[in-house]
Amino acid sequence: MKKLKLVVVGNGMAGIRTVEELLAIAPDMYEITIFGNEPHPNYNRILLSPVLAGEQDFKDIVLNPVSWYEEAGIDLRMGCAVSKIDRIKRQVITDDGSCTPYDRLLIATGSTPFILPVPGNKLDGVISYRDIHDTETMIETARIKKNAVVIGGGLLGLEAANGLRLRGMNVTVVHLAEWLLERQLDKTAGKLLQQSLQERGLDFLMGEVTEEIIGNEEGKVSAVRFKSGTTIDADLVVMAVGIRPNTALAEAAGIYCQRGIVVSDALQTYDPRIYAVGECVSHRGVAYGLVAPLFEQAKVCANHLAQMGIGRYLGSFLSTKLKVTGIDLFSAGEFMGKEGSEEIVLSDPASGIYKKLVIKDDQLIGACLYGDTTDGGWYFKLLKEGRKLGELRDHIMFGESNVGDVGVQGQSRANQMQDTDEVCGCNGVCKGTIVKAIKDKGLFTLDDVKKQTKAASSCGSCTGLVEQILLNTVGSSFQETPKTKAICGCTDRNHGEVRKAIREHHLLTHKSTYDFLEWRTPNGCATCRPAINYYLLSTWPHEAIDDPQSRFINERAHANIQKDGTFSVIPQMKGGVTNASELRRIADVADKYAIPMVKVTGGQRIDLLGVKKEDLVHVWSDLGMNSGHAYGKSIRTVKTCVGIEFCRFGTQNSTQMGIDLETMLANMWSPHKVKLAVSGCPRNCAEAGIKDVGVIAVDSGWELYVGGNGGIKTEVAQFLVKVKTAEEVKEYAGAFLQLYREEAYYLDRSVHYIARVGLDYIKAKVVTDHAQRKVLYERLLYSLDGLPDPWAARIKGAQRHEFIPLKVIA
Amino acid sequence: MNIIKGEWVHICQVDDIPELGSRVIERADGNIAVFRTNGDKVFALLDRCPHKAGPLSQGIVHGESVTCPLHNWQIDLSSGEAKAPDVGCARHFPVKVESGQIFLALP
Repeated sequence: MKKLKLVVVGNGMAGIRTVEELLAIAPDMYEITIFGNEPHPNYNRILLSPVLAGEQDFKDIVLNPVSWYEEAGIDLRMGCAVSKIDRIKRQVITDDGSCTPYDRLLIATGSTPFILPVPGNKLDGVISYRDIHDTETMIETARIKKNAVVIGGGLLGLEAANGLRLRGMNVTVVHLAEWLLERQLDKTAGKLLQQSLQERGLDFLMGEVTEEIIGNEEGKVSAVRFKSGTTIDADLVVMAVGIRPNTALAEAAGIYCQRGIVVSDALQTYDPRIYAVGECVSHRGVAYGLVAPLFEQAKVCANHLAQMGIGRYLGSFLSTKLKVTGIDLFSAGEFMGKEGSEEIVLSDPASGIYKKLVIKDDQLIGACLYGDTTDGGWYFKLLKEGRKLGELRDHIMFGESNVGDVGVQGQSRANQMQDTDEVCGCNGVCKGTIVKAIKDKGLFTLDDVKKQTKAASSCGSCTGLVEQILLNTVGSSFQETPKTKAICGCTDRNHGEVRKAIREHHLLTHKSTYDFLEWRTPNGCATCRPAINYYLLSTWPHEAIDDPQSRFINERAHANIQKDGTFSVIPQMKGGVTNASELRRIADVADKYAIPMVKVTGGQRIDLLGVKKEDLVHVWSDLGMNSGHAYGKSIRTVKTCVGIEFCRFGTQNSTQMGIDLETMLANMWSPHKVKLAVSGCPRNCAEAGIKDVGVIAVDSGWELYVGGNGGIKTEVAQFLVKVKTAEEVKEYAGAFLQLYREEAYYLDRSVHYIARVGLDYIKAKVVTDHAQRKVLYERLLYSLDGLPDPWAARIKGAQRHEFIPLKVIA
Repeated sequence: MNIIKGEWVHICQVDDIPELGSRVIERADGNIAVFRTNGDKVFALLDRCPHKAGPLSQGIVHGESVTCPLHNWQIDLSSGEAKAPDVGCARHFPVKVESGQIFLALP
C-alpha cells in the first residue's frame, strides 16, 4: 500500500511528540515531512532557563538529534518557514516557493511572544524570551553589557531575570500587578518570592506601566521610561508579558481560529484533514502554555492520525513550578479561593515557609506552597482525584509523610536524597539513575520512567517517591499520571469503563469484549487479559467461562511459581487447624518427591517449596487435601487464634468462626488476594487489624474491620460494624467481599477500593441497607456455589496438558 | 528419542498446544518452549528468558509475544528479542507446520 503523506508544520515539542507517539503505534503508515523555522532539531524549550543560568548547555537540551529524524525516515526541513497552506490542492508552500503535498497536515506552530505596543519596541536590544536564539542573545549581551530590564514578572520573566543576574548583569524586573506571579501565587507567597529574589540581587519596580523604550543614535536600546516618570538605564530589554497562539498561517488558510486554532477533542481542526496540537490551539476555549497538556494532546492526536479513532482529549489540570534553582514554589487549582471555600494556612516567614490549602465541600481545590514544596505532588494528586478528605483534613497540612504512613516512610524525601540513595528496592534503582534517565531521555511521565529505569515497576511502593523525583527534575512539565488510566496499551478504556460495558452489554467472552470495546490488539496482553478474565467471571458467574490462557501461571497451574521455575504447594488448612493424619501425609509427600523445603507461612499454613511442575498433580493426589489457594487473586487464608476453647482470655469460638468463613469462601476469585483473620479477644493474636476482613471477638459479639493490609504499605483496617451472632459475621463479611468483588478494579486490594469509594459508601451498602446486604450476600453464595476444588479437578484429569511435557529429547 | 542435527523432527499436533499457550520439550541442553498463537502460528524458543532465565513457556501468550512470568519482560516469538527498552534475546528454533503437524529442526 502506498504510504500517506503527513506534513508537520512546526518542529517543536508538541509536533515532534505527536510524531513520536504516531511512530510508536503506526510506524509505517505515513511518509513524514517536518518544517521548522529554527535552524535546530527539536529541543526542550522548558530547559532554556537552565541554559541561560549556565547550568546546562544547548546540547544537553536537544531532545531529538538530527540522526533521530534520519533513522525514522523523516524529511526534516530546518530553517524553512511555511508561508501558505493550500487546502484545495492539499499542499504547503514554503518561503522559497516549493510545494509539498499532504494527505494529513499537522499544525504545531506554537506561540509567539506578545510585544508591548510602545514606542521603541523594535530597537536593537529589545528581545523576547522564546527560543535558543533569544537565550544566546542574552548570554552574549550579558558578557559585554551591564544593565537589563525585564518587563513582566511572570514565570518566564523571572527565570530570564534570574539567569541574567547569574550572568552578572544588573537586572530590574518591571511588573504591572501588585505582586509577582499573580496568576500562580497569592499575595503572601508572591511577596515572599520577591523578597528572596531581592536577596539574590534582583531589583523590582511593581505596579509600573512601561511608556517608552528609548534608543541611542545607533538605534540601540539605552533606557526605559515609565508612566510614573521614572527612567532606568538599559542595554537589554526582555519582554515577557505573555504569549499569543501562533495562528497566522492557519487563519490565512481560512481555518477557524478564535484565540488559537479551534480543535475538537480529537485535536482536529474544522478542516478534517488538518490537525493541530500545542500552544497554537484553542481547545474548549482554552489555550495552554505549559508542556504537560501538549503531551496529552500529542497522544490523542497521534491516535487519530493512526486512524485508530479512539481517545479524547478532555483538557488538562495544571500546576506551576518555577525553575529557579533554590526557590521552591508550587501552586495548583483555585489557590485564591472562591465562594464557600475555606483555607488552611501555615505561615513561617522567618524560615521562608508559607503554605495555603483551599478546601471546599471536603475536597482540596487549590494549593499554594512557598519554601517547602515537597508535598506539591501529593496535593496535586488529591486535587485531581477530587478525593473526599474526611479525617485527612486534620493532617493534610503536615504532608503525606504524616498521614499514618507507618509502612513506607518518606514519600516526600526526594529532595533530601543523595544520588546514590536507593529509590526502588525491588529493582535496585538509585535516585541518580532516575534523574539521569529523565534528563537524558527527556522523560515526562511516570510510565516512561518506569519503562526506562524499572523503578516502581515491581511492587510499586516507591511510586510516590519516583513521581516526586520526576516532579522535581522536570518542574512544570511534569505530567501527572491520569487518574482514569487506561488498563494498558491495548486500549484507551479504563477499568471502570470496561467493567461497565461487560455488565451493561452482557459480554461473556474475551473476544466479544475486545471486539465491542475496539481493542487495538487481537487478543490483549499480559496486563489486560487477566483483568478481563476476572471481570467476565465475577460479573457473570456460571455463565462466562474461565480462560486458563488468560491467567497468570500461578492461577493456571494452581501453584506458586518460584524463581527457578519450580512451584510451591500449600494445602488448605482451614483456620490454621490441622491434625496428625494430614501432617503425616505432608511428611510422606515431602520425602517421596524430595521436596527441598517445608516451611510454615505467615498465614498459618504449611508450604512445600521446590516442587517440579510435572509432580504437582501427583503431590496433590498423595496429599489428599484441597487447594489452599495461596497462589491466586483469590481467598487466601483465614488466620485464627485458639479462642474460647483453650485460651483463658478468649471470649468466643474464633477458631470455628475462621473455619466457617474459610468454608464459605472456598475457591473464591477476587480482584486481588483476600485475607481474613478472626481473633478471640481484643488482644488480637490473629492480627485481624491488617486483614481485608478482620473479625475480633468481644464478650457481647463480634467486631468487623475492613480494608487492612500487611503488605507493601501497612494499612490498619477500619471499623465497619459490630454484630452479635456468627451467622451475622458471615453475612456482613460476605456482603462486603461481594461488593469488593463486583466493584473494585483488578489488582486493587480492598484498601485501595475503600480509598476510592469511601468507607461511608461501604457502610451504606453493607450496614445500613439491610436489603442490599442480603442481596449482596446471596450473590456471593450464588457465584461460589458449585465451584470445584481446582486440585481435585486436575487429579481427575482437567487441563492435563498443562502438567506434562510434550516430548523428551536426548 | 535421538535426533539428527538440522533434520525436521515431528513434535506433536498443533491441537496438542492450547491456543495462546505453550508446551515444553524437555532437552538436556535446555528446554524448548513451543508456542501457538490464536492464528495457529507456531514458534519455538529456548525456554529461558534473557533477563533472569525465567521459563517463557509459563508466560501469557498474546499476539506474537510472550510475557515472562517472572518479571514481565515481553519476548517476540519469531525473533526471541525482548521488547524495548529491555534488551536481550532468547534463542529461537526453526519450526514448520504441515497438515496440522508440528516439526522442529535442531541445530
